[in-house]
Amino acid sequence: MYDKLKNLDRRWIFLLMFLSVAIPIIIIGITGQSFPEKPTDLAYSTFNAIEDLKPGDKVLLSFDFDPASEGELGPMATAFTYHCAANELNMYFMALWPVGPQMIDNAIENVIKKDFPDLVYGEDYVNLGFKSGGEGVIKVIVTDFLELFSTDAKGTPFNDIPMNKEISSVQDMDLVINISAGSAGTKEWVQYAVTPYPDEITLVAGCTGVQAPLLYPYIPEQLPGLLGAIKGAAEYEKLVFDKYYRDEGKVVPGRYQEGVRRMGPQLVAHLLMILLIIAGNFIYFVEKKRGVQ
Amino acid sequence: MDRQKLIWTVVFAVGALGLIINALTRDAGSAYVKSVDHEFALVEKGKWVDVESDDALDFDLEGKERIRWSSEEQATYRDYQQSKQAKSDESKYSFSLSMTFGIWVAAMFTLFIMSFLFKDNPFYKFAESVVVGVSAAYWMVVGFWDVIIPNLFGKLSPSFISNWAMPGLSGEADFWYLVPLVLGIMLLWRLAPSGTWISRWPLAFIIGTTAGIRLMGFIHADFLSQIRNSIIPLAVFENGSFLFWDSFLNLVLIIGVLTAIVYFFFSIEHKGVVGKTARVGIWFLMVTFGAAFGYTVMGRIALLAIRLEFLFDDWLWIIDPAMNRIAGI
Repeated sequence: MYDKLKNLDRRWIFLLMFLSVAIPIIIIGITGQSFPEKPTDLAYSTFNAIEDLKPGDKVLLSFDFDPASEGELGPMATAFTYHCAANELNMYFMALWPVGPQMIDNAIENVIKKDFPDLVYGEDYVNLGFKSGGEGVIKVIVTDFLELFSTDAKGTPFNDIPMNKEISSVQDMDLVINISAGSAGTKEWVQYAVTPYPDEITLVAGCTGVQAPLLYPYIPEQLPGLLGAIKGAAEYEKLVFDKYYRDEGKVVPGRYQEGVRRMGPQLVAHLLMILLIIAGNFIYFVEKKRGVQ
Repeated sequence: MDRQKLIWTVVFAVGALGLIINALTRDAGSAYVKSVDHEFALVEKGKWVDVESDDALDFDLEGKERIRWSSEEQATYRDYQQSKQAKSDESKYSFSLSMTFGIWVAAMFTLFIMSFLFKDNPFYKFAESVVVGVSAAYWMVVGFWDVIIPNLFGKLSPSFISNWAMPGLSGEADFWYLVPLVLGIMLLWRLAPSGTWISRWPLAFIIGTTAGIRLMGFIHADFLSQIRNSIIPLAVFENGSFLFWDSFLNLVLIIGVLTAIVYFFFSIEHKGVVGKTARVGIWFLMVTFGAAFGYTVMGRIALLAIRLEFLFDDWLWIIDPAMNRIAGI
């Protein structure tokens, strides 16, 4: 047993990990069943930050991620967009990552056009597109949007868009929602937007698992709500779609359950990880006992 | 042919045969589009209105100049099948060769990249090279159209850019933007055969401003604000009653902060009380690293899950969580 484990080809571990993710995906995909989610306080804080807004309030959604992290952040982007649209908030989309506009298009296509076809571009939502410069962009737009966003993503002049007439800087927003895969992302929004203007700018965020531990120190003063990784996405999905679907006796469409669905593979893969860590420690202690250097 | 090569050849042949049968018998991996017609009328000079929109009701569209075109929207296999069963001659749904090709290319590239887990191979190298090349080109094009054109040339000469690239762009020329233009040219000078030292000046400017901006950001958000956030009561009371759990959490936070700081305080040798306190600090740091590792594992598994979902759903049609296809077809 010890020798087998010690000399195990790493490709067997890759195969086990593949199966531990693939099999739950297939079972959940075929049966439509997934594990129950219990939202935590942070998910409630994020949910309530949007619930507390009034119809017509202005929300800036900064989609600072790309396809490489869509597995974690895509479900959050979908749920945030749905929640804002259902609460009749005015949505201003922007991106600090070059592929961010495509992520915005996905959210508009899959949520707004399918479930809120009455919303009008330029009056209810606008896509301001991508601007390079990372934290430099945030530092400028907290005082002046027009300095960098002279047009929207389609090339329409900023001031020709009806809903833009109500804003001149990020400080005019009632809430900023950031979905972040790295730098520039939530950390930079905290550093250059929230911290200098704590009374004017409120930020909630969804981030990748890698970032989450680095952002926890900002909670709750600088960052009242944070969704960490796919677990945070699943909790938030439950809160949003319980309110708008399950509580009204409607079935939640599959496209709004991506986060919850991906928690199944997480459970099995994490169990495998725990077993592998135990096996690794077993080998370590056996070697230590035998005096192997 | 050695045994290993023979096994892999058989595996690939059986896999390819399975894919072909799956594609031919179940249409797996195919994509469909819906044709959408658009018609706009010129109601005033420079103002076009969608004839189907509510805005069109405000105008008399009789005899107005019109423009018509069609675009394609992604459609589901279910819609396509229903349209086919209706046997309508004017079906707006059709098979999309380009999107189908896209799905197969994406699936193949996913497998090429994953094949690295077995061992390095030419398929992986090819996929890696394509990703690097496409990313570099994408960054360059996006940077040109989203930054250089609107934020540099659009500020220096709005009328020229308005006529050439961005209709509707207005405003006065702002010649302060000559400064970034000159700095940008100086930066590119490093590509010239001589005088590469010129590029050091804008580089020095970039490093100086970036360091200044970051320094202020970190001092304000990560140093001063974190000190303020750590000044919390050890005994929490609400409406006169003692809250044990909140007090305990605050106590853990304070102990964690202080002991971790002691660990990084190297002016006193870590012996005696200081050594033991630093040891507690190490435990807190280890717990933090463990939490970070756990989150990272969760993130990586989620990334694997979305790729497998793509392969099983969009490509192989084994699962259909979004109900895009009729069950059983």
